[in-house]
Amino acid sequence: MKSFMLPEFSVQRDYERCISCQVCVNQCTYDVHYYDEEDDQVKSREENCVGCLRCATLCPTKALKIIPNPASFRENDHWTRESIQAVKMQAESGGVILTGMGCDKPQYTYWDRIVLNASQVTNPSIDPLREPMEIRTFLGKKPKELSILAGSGYYSLRTELSPQLRLETPIMFTAISYGAVSFNVHESLARAAMDSGTYFNTGEGGLDKRLYRYGRHAIVQVASGRFGVDPDYLEVGAAVEIKIGQGAKPGIGGHLPGEKVSRDISRTRMIPQGTDALSPAPQHDIYSIEDLSQLIHAIKEATGYAKPVSVKIAAVHNSAAIASGMVRAGADIIALDGIRGSTGAAPKIIRDNVGIPIELALASVDRRLREEGIRNEASVVVAGGIRNSADVVKAIALGADAVYIGTAALIAIGCTVCQKCYTGKCPWGIATTDPWISKRVNPAIASKRLSNLLRAWSLEIKEMMGGMGVNSIESLRGNREMLRGVGLTDRELEILGIRHAGE
Amino acid sequence: MQASNPFSGAGTLETRVRRIGEGFFEVDAGGLHSRELNGILRRLDRGGIHKVRLVNVEGQRYIGTGLRNIKDIEVHGTPGNDLGAFMKGPRITVYGNAQDGCGNTMNGGEIVIHGSAGDILGYAMRGGKIMVRGDIGYRGGIHMKEYRSLRPIIVVGGSIGDFLGEYMAGGMIAILGLNLDEGGIHEARYVGTGMHGGVIYIHGGVKHKGREVVELELDAEDRAILRELIVEFSNHFKFDPQVILNREYHKLLPLSRRPYGQLYAY
Repeated sequence: MKSFMLPEFSVQRDYERCISCQVCVNQCTYDVHYYDEEDDQVKSREENCVGCLRCATLCPTKALKIIPNPASFRENDHWTRESIQAVKMQAESGGVILTGMGCDKPQYTYWDRIVLNASQVTNPSIDPLREPMEIRTFLGKKPKELSILAGSGYYSLRTELSPQLRLETPIMFTAISYGAVSFNVHESLARAAMDSGTYFNTGEGGLDKRLYRYGRHAIVQVASGRFGVDPDYLEVGAAVEIKIGQGAKPGIGGHLPGEKVSRDISRTRMIPQGTDALSPAPQHDIYSIEDLSQLIHAIKEATGYAKPVSVKIAAVHNSAAIASGMVRAGADIIALDGIRGSTGAAPKIIRDNVGIPIELALASVDRRLREEGIRNEASVVVAGGIRNSADVVKAIALGADAVYIGTAALIAIGCTVCQKCYTGKCPWGIATTDPWISKRVNPAIASKRLSNLLRAWSLEIKEMMGGMGVNSIESLRGNREMLRGVGLTDRELEILGIRHAGE
Repeated sequence: MQASNPFSGAGTLETRVRRIGEGFFEVDAGGLHSRELNGILRRLDRGGIHKVRLVNVEGQRYIGTGLRNIKDIEVHGTPGNDLGAFMKGPRITVYGNAQDGCGNTMNGGEIVIHGSAGDILGYAMRGGKIMVRGDIGYRGGIHMKEYRSLRPIIVVGGSIGDFLGEYMAGGMIAILGLNLDEGGIHEARYVGTGMHGGVIYIHGGVKHKGREVVELELDAEDRAILRELIVEFSNHFKFDPQVILNREYHKLLPLSRRPYGQLYAY
């Protein structure tokens, strides 16, 4: 069948600058650039280009420009280039359109319509450069009250405390499975989590034995496929997370295609090489809150009640009621993943249309748990499209205890959000299991980049807190007085629990 | 749901635990909360005990979970859900029926049930063996998977519910159908749906099987494997193996290791 597709990108090579060094040829994993011996020139097949910018970034003479194809489909406000292309692609293949990364549509972001407060005249701001500023965060169930035993000359705590995760900054690396990303990426996240005093989440693909030494900084995930889940895995992690849903694809499962199940992946997931790793949508041992409680306690029994158990859901219409059930089921941490949550592979139609914005889900979950008097029973962690430290601060003021970052972390180590993760050919060596391409991520350098990012965001968080006159993250948590909406309707403001700017 | 204070009961080691022999203890589980009973088991486990007999078991969950040293557990009564969940070591013998989630994500060891078991028996089981004298419920052996030397095995003497072996990726299930009359079928639908690894041996037909599996005759290797399983099963439950061996069996195999490879446009 003749394809009616047009190239998405135009590859513009400045031949006055090009020295035919073929760096672009070697770096491109999509076969865009090639050396033509007859013409002694490097040329391009732009129809293969995914716009990852690897070539343009590494070209020593800056001879390459990758730009959206100006001669692409004639779009209008309703029929965008993307929607025209999707129809053509499906007409030619009959298949579900896959994509990678989080939803890229503009309409779901509330962070940009929320602004933060600062102290002026009537209360002093605090300078974080010279005054103590506490952003250390503990995740887990908190007691309703403390009972203290007072003896002669000493005090001791009578209340038995629940196991906690201690974070030096309220930012963790979200669940990204080994298989979706390369071993080097997993190691980079693990090392950065250790260096920065926070945690990385293994995702549902198990933890390679070589990374068990980072176990004290790992949240190990248990999903429907139960890949790589055995007593050692549960034992090695600092916390265990039950994955019910993912923001990028609420209600559907995941398939790691057989060609990505290499020898190492097979060892970690504990399945034979080359078989599809299928994670069905439901966990068939969980059909109710009571069943969830059963799995939570099975995990607690398996780990001697020594570590917090987290439950992760995608933010959907009735998240608040579900979250209340999760807390009552015994979850110590609730992880909410919004509609912008990212993925290594999901049907595009699901990613862009299913789920709700994390800002609204977070606000309603926090309010519901407070109203029911059980907010202390579990920590709330949010994920899905956190781009910078302001998003983190706004999330905490809306009631989150901490955030998970995924895409931001991958961008820190090279990702350009080209959304082609599902091909397994990531030219940045991130979303691939190909050993040759994986070498492009050096864990020593990548973990440094990640630690730098966390350091920078932590400094900015302290600056923003200082400006508000708040010196402890505890005083910011759920402190909606620090937030105002801009251009939001009364209904939106009501759900977010904030007032409009100017009020 | 868990009680708010799981240690409110009368479960102390002194009153509940009785020494039977060298490294062999009996625990009276009557009236204990799951967490109390498993707490006692964990203490015995740390104390180097190798055999435990549980009496008056009344639906306590997670028996066998999180134990590292105990080799042998006898369960008298009715254990609750998730018996042997995440289990790696012991052999559990149940003199009664087991409930749902038995052998959930089990990695090793053995569960022998002298009765029937409920739904999702051996969910995502990766190693070890489960033998059930009677019937099992829905979704038995779903998501079972094997890896190298780990090859999970389920043998069921009686009949099965719908979705047996759904999404099965490895291991072996043998359904002996001892309850079936000549030419009888299992009242089960969608057997082996989504299956992409492993094998199901079965006596008698099923009402409906998944489109991802194909039904085949046994070959010599299959017969040798099945013989071994049937002999073991018969030893546990005092059957004459020859009678069981003489019955007809066939096997269900997945058509592909990648059943859903063609769904997507790239």
